[in-house]
Amino acid sequence: MAVDCNELVDILAEAATDPAALDRSARRHVEGCLRCQADMVQHRRVLRALRSLRTEVLEPAPGLVTEVLTHIEEAGERHAIRSLLTGRRVAYIGGLAAATAAAAGAGAIVIASRSRARRLPLAG
Amino acid sequence: MVTDAGTSSRPPRSYRRPDPEAMADLVARAQAGDDRAFEDLVTATHAETYTLARRLTGNDDDARDVVQEAYLRAYRSLGRFRGEARFTTWLYRITANCASTYVGRRRRHRHDELDDELVVVDASPELDPAARADASDLRDRLVAALDELPPKLRAVVVLRDVYDLPHEAIAAELGISESAAKVRLHRARRKLKDRVFPTRDEDDHPGGG
Repeated sequence: MAVDCNELVDILAEAATDPAALDRSARRHVEGCLRCQADMVQHRRVLRALRSLRTEVLEPAPGLVTEVLTHIEEAGERHAIRSLLTGRRVAYIGGLAAATAAAAGAGAIVIASRSRARRLPLAG
Repeated sequence: MVTDAGTSSRPPRSYRRPDPEAMADLVARAQAGDDRAFEDLVTATHAETYTLARRLTGNDDDARDVVQEAYLRAYRSLGRFRGEARFTTWLYRITANCASTYVGRRRRHRHDELDDELVVVDASPELDPAARADASDLRDRLVAALDELPPKLRAVVVLRDVYDLPHEAIAAELGISESAAKVRLHRARRKLKDRVFPTRDEDDHPGGG
């Protein structure tokens, strides 16, 4: 019985990784059918491209690790993790405080130098 | 240009697998109750887990939710991990299960876009078949095609053809039979092929028949 291309669409998808999926009649059809041969080639190209995706990693936007740890903590699973998160917050707040202090110090120096610059002509 | 991971994540970078010995050491310490070791495990694997979740869900926000849930389940069941498989493979299975649950729950709330038989309408110009055919890079077309697949089909093809999980594991994590997993895989491959290589006229292939 003659095999039709449309009967093979799913079998060709399977045969991309398992040639045994083609029985003798299907194999004979594919050997004489340019359309099915082209489909097989395309399936193999897609498969190679899919496998190559395994070597990629997508970088998530920052904060995912903290989100994960917070989620676990909120689930009540991990009390000890609170100290880790607290440590992160302390470091963050400490960094903010240091930056604020540095900015305030720099501002004070600028103001002081401006006021001294204003006073100098009077002193002369 | 097709973007791979949505607007909230950065472009793909080359992948460097975590050192298995270091991972095994971290797992052992985490199993012994060392929370810092578990945090290090999360740090070492989160991008890879996110990548799988992103490929399974098709968008950044859902992927982040799936990652959070996957690590919670991993934390709860870490004591049952016996090391027969790599830790990352074990984590993939958990992530796949979480993604399946998440997508199923989402489908109950949103009846659009998630049905297997749903016809996807290409509303934006970059998804037009002609424009897609002009895309220069097979990989980009493939990633776009993956995102357009119904989630049920996408899950199977990603887990089998990208992450090389066996049919048995895929079926177990998705809650379906192995034969159903295979049927979905072949349908997914066919849909991907048809989208990556847009339909040709019968006349172009006189040998068909």
